[in-house]
Amino acid sequence: MFLKDYISDVYNGVTSLLKGMRKTGYYFTHSKEIITEQYPDNRATLKLADRFKGEVVMPHDEQNEHTCTGCTACELACPNGTIKIITKFEMTPEGKKKKAIDSFIYRLEMCTLCNLCVAACPSDAIKMAPNFEHSVFDRSKLTKILNKPGSKIKEGVE
Amino acid sequence: MLSLESITKTTQDWLLAKFSPQIALTIECVIVILLAITLFAVLGLVLVLLERKVAARIQIRLGPNRVGPGGIFQTAADTLKLIMKEGLTPDTADKFLFNLAPFVVMMVAMLLLAPIAFAKNFQIWDINIGVLYISSISSLSVIGILMAGWASNNKYSLLGAMRSGAQIVSYELSAGFAVLTIVVLTGSLQISEIVASQENGWWLFKGHIPVVIAFVLYIIAVTAETNRAPFDLAEAESELTAGFHTEYSGMKFALFFLAEYINIFIVCTIGATLFLGGWMPLHIGHWEGFNHIMDFIPSSVWFMGKTFFLIFLIMWFRWTFPRLRVDQLLNLEWKYLLPISLFNLLLVTVIAIMGWHF
Repeated sequence: MFLKDYISDVYNGVTSLLKGMRKTGYYFTHSKEIITEQYPDNRATLKLADRFKGEVVMPHDEQNEHTCTGCTACELACPNGTIKIITKFEMTPEGKKKKAIDSFIYRLEMCTLCNLCVAACPSDAIKMAPNFEHSVFDRSKLTKILNKPGSKIKEGVE
Repeated sequence: MLSLESITKTTQDWLLAKFSPQIALTIECVIVILLAITLFAVLGLVLVLLERKVAARIQIRLGPNRVGPGGIFQTAADTLKLIMKEGLTPDTADKFLFNLAPFVVMMVAMLLLAPIAFAKNFQIWDINIGVLYISSISSLSVIGILMAGWASNNKYSLLGAMRSGAQIVSYELSAGFAVLTIVVLTGSLQISEIVASQENGWWLFKGHIPVVIAFVLYIIAVTAETNRAPFDLAEAESELTAGFHTEYSGMKFALFFLAEYINIFIVCTIGATLFLGGWMPLHIGHWEGFNHIMDFIPSSVWFMGKTFFLIFLIMWFRWTFPRLRVDQLLNLEWKYLLPISLFNLLLVTVIAIMGWHF
């Protein structure tokens, strides 16, 4: 039985090594598999991975409406105080007071792109965008207000 | 027809006609030294670039592509940088041994070049114990590595050197046995006779499965002997920073780096000579027409093609397999490679005695 184990050891070792070599040999002979992006040269056609996290953005639709209710779940979730939400009260047509956001302040220079705010958001108002060219000459430019001027909350989002 | 053989012959005739035999021999020696150094420099540049390109393709990258078209001058630029850097010697190092070690490693690589047949009748020294000479000289390279590791006065270097010692001493055995199988089949230690014996087919094809096994064992053993991944325990960047050459910088580091690639080239030339027929074109038994067509390709092209194929194979190993631990390394040699090669040598001896090979 010792000899049988020995031979099967050798066989399994050799076949698993050959399997690895087949994979790398496939990569060697197929140049279409190359994933390198020659960044400054192909800036116009640059393709980034779907899950790439560059900064937090708040998507707005054509009517300049977002889905942020101003619940401050993201502000509480943020581990280093990157997000500050200033809320205000709006009058609905029925005459009720409704909470809404005045400004969604996002400090990119403090953000670690940990994605906790996006995960905490109950109404999918914010998401991660694949922008990475963030360098500016003035640090204050990194403090951004994410809701666009004049935007309001989408109908039906509570 | 212009061939390396005719060039050497014309040169020798011209030298003998102009000078006395002693002076002609001296001039020939100088030419050989210059050619060897040129070969080393060119090989260093080409192989490092080849390695980086192969590594890039295997890892789905592009590799160096900025210096020159397709990055072909990258290694030349790197060499220029290394020449301009300071060759630092640590304060507490053994200065004499520290500075000697890179040259020992290079000298061993240069000595190995002597009996290699690069093309038909193009060989520096056709010594009658060629294979024995190669296996004895190649085991000297461990002295240079131990010297570097010891003289650096650094734990990492010493550990790397000690590992290298254990590794090279172990794997010499199976490399030796793999070489012996061909010596048994050929009945000669002379490189030119080993090549001549493969005129009707390379040993890899003529010697049945035992020679194929010997070839695989040889490739594994020489990968370990040249301290290449997956057997690069002597350098092991993640554990020992750079192993025996941690303390080396500038051109002294470059000499170690160059010696590694020269050693790969040399073990691949020997592998090509023993198993793939050296400069001998692909001949199949009595197919006269086929053999004649194959003869039109120059012998130097055949030799370089085979050598670079083996070099590519070893690079392929490096970028595919993960590094072994020290105990796994020694297990592989003493429990697997050595018994298999001993048994294999017995089989080959039976085949050689009974004349079962083609």
